Amino acid sequence: MNNLLEVNKVVKQYGDYTALNEVSLNVPKGSIYGLLGPNGAGKTSLIRIINQITLPDSGEIILDGEKLQPKHIQHIGYLPEERGLYQSMKVGEQCLYLAQLKGLSKTEAKKQLEYWFDRLEIQGWWNKKIQELSKGMAQKIQFVVCVLHQPKLLILDEPFSGFDPVNANIIKDEILALKQKGTTILFSTHRMESVEELCDEIALIHQSNKLIEGKLNDVKRQFRTNSYEVGILTSDVEGLMFAITQKFTVSPAHFKSLNNELKLEINIGDATPNELLNLLVYKGQVTHFVEKIPSVNDIFIQTVSK
Amino acid sequence: MSIISLIIKREFISKVRNKSFVVMTFLSPLLFVAVTVFISYLSSMKADTKRIAIHDASGVFVHELVAQNHKDGEYKYVDLSLIDVLYLKDSIANQSYEGLLLIPDEGDATTFENKIQFIANTSPSISFIENVQDVIGKKITQLNLQKAHLDTLAIRNAQSHVVLNLAKISGEETVKGLNEIKIFIGGAFGYLVMMFIIMYGNMVMRSVIEEKTNRIIEIIISSVKPFHLMIGKIVGTSLAGILQFLIWSILGLSIITFASYFLGVNVGPTARISPEMMSQGQNEFVSTVQMYILEIWNLPIASILLGFIVYFVGGYFLYSSFYAAIGAAVDNQTDSQQFLLPIIMPLVLSVYIGFFSVVNDPNGTIAVVFSMIPLTSPIVMLMRIPFGVPLWQIAISVTILFGTFFGVVWFAAKIYRVGILMYGKKPSWKELYRWLKYTG
Repeated sequence: MNNLLEVNKVVKQYGDYTALNEVSLNVPKGSIYGLLGPNGAGKTSLIRIINQITLPDSGEIILDGEKLQPKHIQHIGYLPEERGLYQSMKVGEQCLYLAQLKGLSKTEAKKQLEYWFDRLEIQGWWNKKIQELSKGMAQKIQFVVCVLHQPKLLILDEPFSGFDPVNANIIKDEILALKQKGTTILFSTHRMESVEELCDEIALIHQSNKLIEGKLNDVKRQFRTNSYEVGILTSDVEGLMFAITQKFTVSPAHFKSLNNELKLEINIGDATPNELLNLLVYKGQVTHFVEKIPSVNDIFIQTVSK
Repeated sequence: MSIISLIIKREFISKVRNKSFVVMTFLSPLLFVAVTVFISYLSSMKADTKRIAIHDASGVFVHELVAQNHKDGEYKYVDLSLIDVLYLKDSIANQSYEGLLLIPDEGDATTFENKIQFIANTSPSISFIENVQDVIGKKITQLNLQKAHLDTLAIRNAQSHVVLNLAKISGEETVKGLNEIKIFIGGAFGYLVMMFIIMYGNMVMRSVIEEKTNRIIEIIISSVKPFHLMIGKIVGTSLAGILQFLIWSILGLSIITFASYFLGVNVGPTARISPEMMSQGQNEFVSTVQMYILEIWNLPIASILLGFIVYFVGGYFLYSSFYAAIGAAVDNQTDSQQFLLPIIMPLVLSVYIGFFSVVNDPNGTIAVVFSMIPLTSPIVMLMRIPFGVPLWQIAISVTILFGTFFGVVWFAAKIYRVGILMYGKKPSWKELYRWLKYTG
C-alpha cells in the first residue's frame, strides 16, 4: 500500500451549492502533501470530511487501506485554520483532556506531553491559563495538541499563520522531523514559499474541482516554459540582439547580480539550451544561465485565472 | 474512560471551579437568611404610636374605643369630647394627632351607622378603619339587642365556632396552617426549578458559544461526535446544578434541625412538640415558629427533595437541549435573545399556573394537566408535590418529560451539529428549519 490516504470521487453539496465535485486525491505514505486552492475552493470541506466532522454525499475515503471509520479519529491529527483553546483552562490540563479525547490513556498522554514540552522548551507553561499566553505561545500549544497522539496522518491548515519567523521555523523543523519519522502530512496553505520548501506532492483545488495533482517536480515540469534567464557581458549589444531574435523570443529579465550585464529572458521553444549557449558564448561573456522554473505561485495563479 | 464521561468531567469541573459558582453556592443561602431576618425584623418593628382624637358628643362609644388602647400599641385614642369641635378641627394637625374621630349627638345612637366621621390629613390604614368600624359596629349591635330586650349574654353563649380537622386517607393528621407552609415550600421549589433551569440552561448556552467563538470547537469535533459533546456538556453542567442544590439542602436541613432542637420539636416522622415545652409559658412568636417547623418535618421532605432532583434534571435536560441548539446557532449572546423568548415563556407560565391554580386547587384539572405537559410539568408538579400527588400521576408526568427530552435532544443535536460550524451570520428561524434537514 503506497498511499496512506485515498480520496475517491468525493462529492459534497450544501443545498444547491457544490463544495466538492468528484474530487479524488492520492496521498503517498510519508509525504508532505500540499493542498492548494483559493478561498472557497473546497479545501476546508474536504478536510472536514477526512476528519469525519461531516460526511460526503458520495464517494469514499480510504485511510491506510481501510474505509474511513470512527476508530480512525485517533490516527489523524488536525490543526484547523481557525483554532483556539479553552481560555480559562490550564495548559497542562487542557492538553491532557484533548489527548484523552483522541483516545490516549492519561499516563501515555502525560508522557507524550512531557516529551513535547521539553522539545519545544515550554515546560514552565503547564500551570498557566491560555488567556495568560500570547497568541504565538497558544499556537505552539495547539501544534502540540495535534501531534500528541502520534497520528499517522497530520492535517495542517495554514499552520504558519500567526507565527513569528522564529517560531514558524521551529514548527517547520518539527514538521520535517515528523516526516522523517514516517508521519504523512496533509498541508493546506496559501503560502506558496512554504509549499516550495516543504511539499513533495501538491494538488490544486479550484471551484470545487481538482485541477492538478502530482509530485511537485512533475507538476513544475508540466508547467515549464523552456525559458532561460541569461546574463551576458558584451560590447556588441545590437549584434547579439539581432542574432538572438532571429531564432528565439526575447524579453527583459530581472535578477540579482554583481555585474552590470545585459539581462534577458529567452524562450528557446523546441531548440536545445546548447544551441542558445553556443550563440551566446560566441557573442560575449556569459555570467548567468538558468532555466526559468515556474514557481508554485506562478502555477497557482496561472491555473486559477484560466 | 469513555469519551462522554471525559467531557462530563471537564464540564463539571470547569463549572464548579468557576468563582461565580462558589460565590453563588455559599453566599446566596446567607443572603437568603439575611433577607428573611431583615424582613421579619422590619415587620416586627413597632410603629410609632399614633394618637387619635375622639370627640364623642353622644358619649356612647368613647369608652369602648379608649378600651382598645392597651391591646396593640399602634393607635392611642384620646377622649377630647369636652373640647369644642371647631377648635379641635383646627388644631389636630398642630397638636400631632393623626386624626379626629367625630361622633355626633343626634339622639338614638343605633342610627349612627353612617354618621360617624374621621377627619385626617393623610388616609388612615385599612386595619385602623376596620378596627374602628368593628368596635362601633359591635356597640351598636349590642344596643340594638338591648332595645329588642334580648339577652345579650345568652346570644353570645349560643354562638359557635367551628374548626375543621384535616386528615389524609392514609391516616396522618394534618394540622391547620399547614397549607400555608405547603404553598410556601411548593412555591419556593417551583421557583427554584425555574431559576435553576434558566441559570444552568444559560450556562450551557454560554459554554457552547464560548467554544464556537474560541474556535476550539474545530479541534474538539475532530475527536468527538458533536452529539457526544452536547450530551456531555448538558450532563456535566447538570451535575454542577445538583451539587449546588445538595449543598443548599444540607445547609437548609441543618438549619431546620438546629432550630428544631433549639425549640424542642421532636425530629423525625413522629414529629410533635414536646409537652414540657408546650406547658412552659412562652411567647406567641416561639410557638408559631415551633408550629411551622413541626409542619416542615411533617411534609414529605424526601419526596420533595427527590422530586426536585428528578424534575430539575428532566426539565433542565429538556430546556438545555434548546439552549445548546440556540448557542450553536448564534455567534454571541446578544443574538440569542430572539430565540430565548419562546423558551422563557412556558417557564414563566408554569410559575403563574403554580401560584394561581395549584394553590387554589392542587388536584384540579388545570393543575393536573399542566403537571403533565413536559414544558410546564417540572415546575407545576413540584408545586403540587407538597400537597400530595398520586404516584401514578408522577410516573406518567416523569415518563412524558423524559420521553420528550429524547425527542427534543434529537432535533437539538441536528441544529447543534450544523450550527457550531457556521460563523458570521445570525440565522433565521427558517434557516434553523433547513439545518434540521441537512444530512451528514
